[in-house]
Order: sequence, then C-alpha cells, then structure tokens
Amino acid sequence: MIWQLDLVLLLLVVFCAVATITVKDLLSATIIFSAYSFLMCLLWAEMGAVDVAFTEATVGAGVSTIFFISAIFRTTRRSKD
Amino acid sequence: MKPLALLATLITGALLLYGTADFAAWGDPQSPPNRNISVRYVEEAVKETHVPNIVTAVLGDYRGYDTMFELVVIYSAGMAVMGILRRRED
Amino acid sequence: MRISLQEARDRIPQRDTILETTVRLMVPFIQLYGLYVIVHGHYSPGGGFQGGVVLGASVILFALAFGLPASKRYLSESTDIILANTGALIYTGIATLCALLGGMFLDYSALAKILPIDPISWHSHGIFLVEVGVGMGVTTIMVSIYWDMASAGRLDEGL
Repeated sequence: MIWQLDLVLLLLVVFCAVATITVKDLLSATIIFSAYSFLMCLLWAEMGAVDVAFTEATVGAGVSTIFFISAIFRTTRRSKD
Repeated sequence: MKPLALLATLITGALLLYGTADFAAWGDPQSPPNRNISVRYVEEAVKETHVPNIVTAVLGDYRGYDTMFELVVIYSAGMAVMGILRRRED
Repeated sequence: MRISLQEARDRIPQRDTILETTVRLMVPFIQLYGLYVIVHGHYSPGGGFQGGVVLGASVILFALAFGLPASKRYLSESTDIILANTGALIYTGIATLCALLGGMFLDYSALAKILPIDPISWHSHGIFLVEVGVGMGVTTIMVSIYWDMASAGRLDEGL
C-alpha cells in the first residue's frame, strides 16, 4: 500500500459518495456513482483483492450503471427531494 | 427533518470510525482471521482441489454454498424483474 | 426546453455508421475476453460471475448500438430463458448429483463414480463445471434484466 495513492483515492471516494447523494440530476448522480465504483475498484486492486476489484469493475461500474440509466429513461430524471 | 438526518448520519459515521480502531492492521499475519482458518486454506487448498488460484478454490469448493445461493439470488432477481415488468401485447 | 420522449427519439438518427462499426468490431473481442475470464478462473482472477457479467455486457452493448430487436435476433428470448434456467440447474444439479452418488452436497470427489479419474482432480473439474453454470446464468439474467428495464417489459425498443 502506498499511502499517498491511498489518500488521494479515499478522498475522491468520499467526494464522489457525497456528490452522488447531493446532485439533483439523477443521470449525473448515476455517472458519479459509476466513478465511485471505479475508484472503489482501484482501492480493492491496490489492497490486493483482485477478484473483488474485478467484480466491482464489471458489476458496479459497468452493468449497474446501464441498469440505472435504463430505469431513469423509463421514469424521471429529476430528483424530488 | 434535514438537521436530524445529518445528525443521525454523523453519529453513525463516528461510531463506525470508532469501530475501525479495533481492526487488525492491514496484512497483519498475527491477526485472528489470519491465524485460524486462512492458514489451512493457504497450505491445503492446492493439495485438496488442484486449483492454483486459492480464491477460486475457496469460492467454488470450500464455500460452494455461498456461490450457489449467490447464483440463486441473481436468478430470483431476474425472474422477479421478468414477472413484474414483462407483458404481452396480445 | 422540455421535449417528449417521442420527439427526442425522432431527433436522434436511427443508424450511425461509426457506432455500428465500432460495436461490430468490439463485441467479438469482449465475448472472447468474457469466455477467457470464465475458463481461466482457475489460474487468474475472475471466474463465472465476472466472466458472465462481461458476456452479458457485450450483448447489452450490441442492444444499445443496434436496437433491442436486433439483439433479440442475436440471442432470442426463449434461448435466454432456457440458458438462465440451465445455468442455475447446472450448479444445483451437480451439487445434488454429488449427494446422490454417496458424497456430501457439493462434494465433487463423489463424481469419480461417473468418470473414474482422481477424486482430487474432480474437485478442479467440478469447480470448472459449476463456474460455467454460474457464467451462463449471470449472462442471460443480466441481458434479460436490461431488456425488461429498457423497454418497460414490452421488448420492442430499447434505450
């Protein structure tokens, strides 16, 4: 573990997590959530859990983003709260 | 409602951060999880399953139930989505 | 300026040569990589779940570029459901077969009674068979969830 890289990744993860729940536009929130998943993937890979990182990259950053976007496409893009 | 929710989140986060203080150090070979069952997996997995990747050996063989019900969860989710959303035009 | 879904759909060109050519070139390689991840799970990170998701994503990419009906010609609806059930059945079936052959549930060495090779090697082959089942199930379920969610269950037009 390189602590400088760790620090940058963790700060970005926290930033993305807060941004995901505060952004009003749900499509933007989905893309930020995808970035959050990818940062988590980098964090797992950096800790040596390559299998978990692989799952996070495929499911979290890949397929779940498509599911979210297709759900937004069929419902509404604006957040109510 | 907003300040209350923020307060609840902050308290939960503080408790969770307090809990991480008791975690073993990263990669510590003397931590309790690394002293009990992991040693046996690392030593015996290749001999018992002939799979060089220990993660696959644990997921597919030692913890086979876990992977099986993982597939069952995915299958049930797919069938539930199909049952709720899919409809025929005729 | 708010526009309705139908107006937005009319403004987008229905076919795009660059997009279609790119996807046509990418999909086979993504599928090859997905198969590699499933088959090579014994030696490298990956396995049935990750490879299945990559394979499903390739079909979803096809559906995004060519439209949902084209992806249904590629992987038909009935094939999808059959493969999903077969994938789940392979895992549970092998586990039950082990129990019926006198071993414990999910104890692959009992399969040596069918094909007499080294019981320890059967653990390796059993894990491989099970991973193939997981891959089939996950691929088809991901595609089916995408179809249902993108077309609101009618399977006529996607994103």
